[in-house]
Amino acid sequence: MRAERPGGPSTLMVYMAMVFLIFPLLAIIPVSFTPKRFLSMPSDELSLRHYEALATSPEWLGSIWQSLMVATASAVLATVLAVLFALGIWYRRPRLTPLLIGFVILPMAVPPIISAIVLYFFETRMGLYDTLPGVILAHTVIVVPYAVITVLVVLSQLDRRIERAARNLGASLWQTTVFVILPNIKVGIASAGFLAFVLSWEEIAITLFVTSFDVVTLPRRIWSGLRDNIDPVIASVSVVLIALTVAAVLVRTVAVGMKARRNKEASA
Amino acid sequence: MEWCLFVAPLPLFLALVYALPLLGVVGWSLTDPEPGFGNYQKIFTDPAILGIFWRTLRLCLIVSLVSLALAYLIAYHWVFGPPLRQRLIEICVLIPFWISVLIRAFGWIIVLRNRGLVNGWLTDLGLISEPLSMVRNEFGVVIGMVHFMAPYAIFPLVATMRQIDPRVMSAARGLGAGPVRRFVEVFFPLSMPGVIGAFFIVFIFSLGFFITPAILGGGRVVMVAEYVFLQMSQTANWGLGAALSVVLLALVTVLIWVLLKITRVEKLVN
Repeated sequence: MRAERPGGPSTLMVYMAMVFLIFPLLAIIPVSFTPKRFLSMPSDELSLRHYEALATSPEWLGSIWQSLMVATASAVLATVLAVLFALGIWYRRPRLTPLLIGFVILPMAVPPIISAIVLYFFETRMGLYDTLPGVILAHTVIVVPYAVITVLVVLSQLDRRIERAARNLGASLWQTTVFVILPNIKVGIASAGFLAFVLSWEEIAITLFVTSFDVVTLPRRIWSGLRDNIDPVIASVSVVLIALTVAAVLVRTVAVGMKARRNKEASA
Repeated sequence: MEWCLFVAPLPLFLALVYALPLLGVVGWSLTDPEPGFGNYQKIFTDPAILGIFWRTLRLCLIVSLVSLALAYLIAYHWVFGPPLRQRLIEICVLIPFWISVLIRAFGWIIVLRNRGLVNGWLTDLGLISEPLSMVRNEFGVVIGMVHFMAPYAIFPLVATMRQIDPRVMSAARGLGAGPVRRFVEVFFPLSMPGVIGAFFIVFIFSLGFFITPAILGGGRVVMVAEYVFLQMSQTANWGLGAALSVVLLALVTVLIWVLLKITRVEKLVN
C-alpha cells in the first residue's frame, strides 16, 4: 500500500485537524493557573489557588466521592449482567439471538434525551428519584450495552472446543463457567468493567434528569459551574481529569506497541 | 435449560427499568395535559416547534458533513501515514474521545468566547477591533459538535479503509491510473460503506444530543433535544416533551432501519 502514501498538502491538513482535536483541551491548562477569581489567562504570575479550592472544597470532594461510588456500583452491576447474558448467548445461540442482542443494546441506540425521560418516568414512580440507588440503576441501563458488546466480542474469539472438552470431562455448566470460561475471558471482563466505569463516571445527560439536590455527581457539579459566571475551579477539575486520561491513553499506546513488538520477535 | 438462567436477568432487568417506562412515556404523550393526540397535533402545526425541527435537521446535516470530511482525512492518514504519524493521530483522537463532553465544550468556551484565545490573538494582531461572536450562536454549536462527533466517524472509516485490498490499488496503478484517478475511481468507492456508516452514526447521535448545544449555544441555538430538556425541566410540559421524544425516536428508528438496509453493520464492527 506504499503507493497510497498521502501527499504533502493533505499532510499539512491532517496536522491542522489534529490541532483542532487537541487544542481546546490544551487551552484549559493555563486558565487553571490564573491568580484571578474569574476565567482568564494568567499574564505574569501563576497561582495554585484553584487547585487548592478544589482540594479543600467539601462540595467538590463530595461530588468526586459520589461519582466514584456510582461508577463503581454501576460498573459492577452492568458487568455481572453483561457477562451472564453474553455467556448464555454464547453457550446456546438461541433462535432469538439477534432480537435479544438488539433489545439489550437498545439504550445505546436511543438518543440520550429520550433515555433520560424514560428513566425519569421510572424513578419518580419507584421513589428512586434523586437517590444514589436510583442514579446507579439509571447508569447501569445506559452503560450495560457497551459491556455486553465488549464481552460478546471477546467470547467470539474464544475456541468453542474448550467448553465441549470441559463438559465431556463431566463438568457442570456452572463448573465450566467458573473454572474454564471465566479465566479465559478475564481480560475482556476487566475491559468491559473499565469501560462501564468510565462511561458512568462522565455520564451527564441522564444524570441531569434523575437527580436534583441530594445526589450531585462530578459531571453534574461541572454542569452547574458552566452556567453564566464560570468559576476557574472548573478549569482545575478539568486539568486533573485530562491528566488522568492522558496518562491512561499513553500507557495503553505504549503497552499495545510493546505487545506488537513482542509478537513480532516471537514470530521472527 | 440452565442457560436461560444466564440469558434471562439482563433482558428482564431492562424490560422493567427501560422498556415498560418507555411505554409509560408514550402513554404520557397521549394523556397529559388531556387525553388525545393534541400534543402531536401541536408538534406538526406549531411554527415554533417546526422551526426547531428544521434547525435541528439543518445543523445535524452540517455537523455530519463537516465531521465526515475531517474524519476521512484523519482516518486516511491513520491507516496509510508513516508509523510515527499513526501514533500521534491515535493519541490525538483517543484523548479527546475519552474526555467528558462537558470538559470539551468548556475548552471551546475558553478558545472561542469574546474574551477568549482566538479573539485575543486576532486583536493583538490588529486584524479585528471588535471581538467576533463565536459562541452562543450556531457557529460555536457546530464546532463543539464536530469536535465531539469526529472520533465516532473516524473509527468506522479506519475499519473500512483497513479492509480495502492493497492488491486492488496496485492493480489500478499497474493499469496506469494516476493518484487522483486511483482515489476517485477505486479507493473512495471502496470506502463507501464506512462513509455511509460514519455519516449515519454522527447524524443519529447529533439528533438526540443536548449537552454541547446547551453549553455552547447559551440557550440561543435550541435544538429538539435541548427543547425537550427545557420543556421537562423548566416549564413542566410533560406531555409535549414526551410527544417530542416519541417523534424523535420514530425518526431515529427510521434512520437506523435505513442504515441497516444499505450497509451491513458486521462490516463496521471489526
